[in-house]
This record gives sequence, structure tokens and C-alpha cells, in this order.
Amino acid sequence: MRVEQIADSVLVTKYIQGSENSLAILIERHKQKIYSFIYSKVYDRNITEDIFQDTFIKVIRTLKLGKYNEEGKFLPWVMRIAHNLVIDYFRKSNRIPTFDNRGEFNIFSVISDSSLNAESRIIKDQVESDVRRLIEELPEDQKQVLVMRMYNDMSFKEISENTGVSINTALGRMRYALINLRKVIEKHNIILTN
Amino acid sequence: MAKLYSNRSRYLDTLNPKEGTVKFLLEYSQALSVINYDKLKFEILLN
Repeated sequence: MRVEQIADSVLVTKYIQGSENSLAILIERHKQKIYSFIYSKVYDRNITEDIFQDTFIKVIRTLKLGKYNEEGKFLPWVMRIAHNLVIDYFRKSNRIPTFDNRGEFNIFSVISDSSLNAESRIIKDQVESDVRRLIEELPEDQKQVLVMRMYNDMSFKEISENTGVSINTALGRMRYALINLRKVIEKHNIILTN
Repeated sequence: MAKLYSNRSRYLDTLNPKEGTVKFLLEYSQALSVINYDKLKFEILLN
């Protein structure tokens, strides 16, 4: 014997009229799809559980307040709510440092935002301009290799091709450039830290 | 025709919320009642 399944729209109408059992059927019918959808985005069972719960709280409130309009289908509507809550979760988790309770210490849960504040940015600019002035004092051949390597991000192979010297010579010039920079920094007690 | 080298994970098909979560939602629904007054709607949660 074939059992006719009651349509979602009928269950929604019955629920709005007060049949709590209709909600139980709707949740039972769609829970796996919605839960899997959320999990496929956040990959964490506890967070999935929270978002699943929040999704249905929103569904229940909307239906009870009579704000639901039967324009679309029930499942796509619930999926859209879940999708929006997943987006909200990622927005929040980017802003708020979180501690997970898995027992392991996670360094990323305690390190702060890496973007610099106004003061640090000014200091960073100052340090960078000091370094540039020090580089200007280096012998021409060493300066050339250092600038190509550090500022132009060229490999030593590319530097050797551009300057017409061997890779070993380029490496040697880089080494002496760094040694000379350290010497000048130590000699004049220049502080280059942020 | 393009070859597909990935399959939909079967693991995802077996995922379900905890019983406690579903139970909470059904109880929340039973506890929540909306009262209409004039053009206002009040939500009341009964324990």
C-alpha cells in the first residue's frame, strides 16, 4: 500500500494553525539535508548543531509571528536561512578570537590581529625609511644585489643574469651587504624594531 | 565528456542533529506563543 506524503505546504499551514506535530514531521523530514548542508560549510559538529538550532528557532518564530509567505518552497526557504546564518558565523569568527575546547593548545586562539594600529604603522614606516637610508650607504655592487633580492624579489639566478656575475659572487655580495648593514647599525646604536 | 574524480561524500549523507537539539526545538515551539494586541505582536515564552 502506498502512503501519501503530506506536502510541506500543508504541514506549514497546519503548524501555523497550532499543530505542533506538523513541525516535528517537517524537522524529521528535512533535518539531514539541512544539517549536512551546514556541516559541509563549517566542518565542526558543535557549530553545525548551533547553526541548525538557530535556523529552526528563526523558522519557528517566523511561522508563529505569521511572517511567512508561501511564495517559495519550505525547504529552500529554510536552506536560505541556514546559509545566511553560516555567513554570519564566518563574519563573527573573523572578528572575535575564539577558544576551542578540544584540549589542545592552539596558538591561533591567542595571537592578536596582525594588522597594525596607527602608532605601529608610523614606527614601521620610520624603520623602513631608516633601512633605505642605510642601504644607500653600502658599496654600489652590494647595494645592487640587496635591492634586487629584497625589494624586487628576484632570485639569485636572475640577479646573476642581470648583473653579469656568477651566482656565488651575487651570494657573496648579499652576505657582505648584510654584514656591513649590521656593522653600521651596531656602531650607531640604531634601533630598527617595531 | 569531462571525467569527475570526486564523489559526494557519503559521510555527509549520514549526518543528523543530536536528538537533544530536535527535542529542544520542539519544546521551544510549544513554549512560544504569540499574542496579538491591536497591531502589535508579543512573543511569550512559557516554561
